[in-house]
Amino acid sequence: MLSKRIIPCLDVRDGRLTKGIKFKGNVDIGDPVEAAREYYEQGADEIVFYDITASAEKRAIMLDVVKRVAETIFIPFSVGGGIGTVEQMRQVILAGAEKVSVNSAAVNNPGIIAEGAKAFGSQCIVLGMDVKKVFASETIPSGYEMVIHGGRTVTGLDALRWAQEAERLGAGEICLNSIDADGTQDGYELNLTALISSHVGIPVIASGGAGKPDHLVDVLTRGQADAALIASMVHYRTYTIAEIKNFLHGRGVKTRMQW
Amino acid sequence: MIGIVDYKAGNLTSVARALESLHEPCIVTHDAGILDDASHIIFPGVGAAGQAMANLRESGLDGHLRKWVREGKPVLGICLGTQVIFERSEEDDTPCLGIVPGEVKRFPADLREGGQRLKIPHMGWNRVAFSEGHPVFAGIPAEAEFYFVHSYYPAPADDAWATGWTDYGIRFCSAVARGNLVAVQFHPEKSGRPGLKLLSNFCGWGGNHAE
Repeated sequence: MLSKRIIPCLDVRDGRLTKGIKFKGNVDIGDPVEAAREYYEQGADEIVFYDITASAEKRAIMLDVVKRVAETIFIPFSVGGGIGTVEQMRQVILAGAEKVSVNSAAVNNPGIIAEGAKAFGSQCIVLGMDVKKVFASETIPSGYEMVIHGGRTVTGLDALRWAQEAERLGAGEICLNSIDADGTQDGYELNLTALISSHVGIPVIASGGAGKPDHLVDVLTRGQADAALIASMVHYRTYTIAEIKNFLHGRGVKTRMQW
Repeated sequence: MIGIVDYKAGNLTSVARALESLHEPCIVTHDAGILDDASHIIFPGVGAAGQAMANLRESGLDGHLRKWVREGKPVLGICLGTQVIFERSEEDDTPCLGIVPGEVKRFPADLREGGQRLKIPHMGWNRVAFSEGHPVFAGIPAEAEFYFVHSYYPAPADDAWATGWTDYGIRFCSAVARGNLVAVQFHPEKSGRPGLKLLSNFCGWGGNHAE
């Protein structure tokens, strides 16, 4: 039986963490490679890097980060943020990432999913989805709408339809972020997660809203998620990944306990 | 020197990085002459069986792989590398290398576990029940998990060659050992410490193991 994956997410800008993470002894560090090593040693099952570097010339810095992470940790990791071409995917994969995630670029050009899957295999292509709850309508029958550019732009695209279309195009996994829950630490959007996960045949990583270990239990059971993304609750050292895993294990959620 | 066979089947640098972390000298190459001189061969790969076999035939590496196995060089297959050592794969009905009798099957579409429908590919961390005694799998804790990404699994003709089993709706063979050949369906280079232990065991293995 597969273990449910616990995945810390690190935001990177110009090669540094946007928010430092608390290390052993509460030292605040900003190096994404060191942060990745810390989470690898704490038992993270995978790591997600989200690169919010704005300028094209500074993108090379991220490739160097990816290369150093790949030399340091021996679990899968993915890189997202601003990836919109097969060539950009190739650079990130050759630098050592297992997976790349596409978000806004895929909404504007769905063909990038199929091109990426053809070039590197579906297992490399993660669809990032930012979703907002709306009133159900003819164009948005699920009541969940895709938003892009970090939630600033609505798309008129139904989230469930988009998830199914992306699967058909060859996405290997979905990272599903609820804009409404994101940053609240009040728990994941369980209805959204269950809706998407039960209607696609590819794994779904739930994102947005994690504040305590109970939230992970909820989304990995009732929410039917295959994996849970976490950020603040581990970055500020409120919990370690090992503590979260022990909690999940105690509540009967299968997680990887030996690392 | 460990030779990593490059046959254009995905990014093979992660295997090299894992070996480098173990201080094992290695080279990623498609040059059969260099691989001939390697003490051990690692045969990794991700992607489709059909394309992999086409690349192997075109480069002539198919014949060399059979030769290395025949000559007794320690060989480790990983993921797609493991699948193509069998006679045939159900993936596009592809004839494969035929180094180990048996075939590669697709997970059934309606895979279930505890009433819940399972997703394909089988992607993530899962346990492997290793049979005891093989040096390449020595010292790995029973609760250890390994990272998998695949939709097809090996089905050796003789269960005696299956040295590891994994449950995912069905019980499938996730590790194979036969003489100087070891092949695993999971990715040891992405499986944290237990994976590195397996790779380290392989690099120190002479290739002789009585079945």
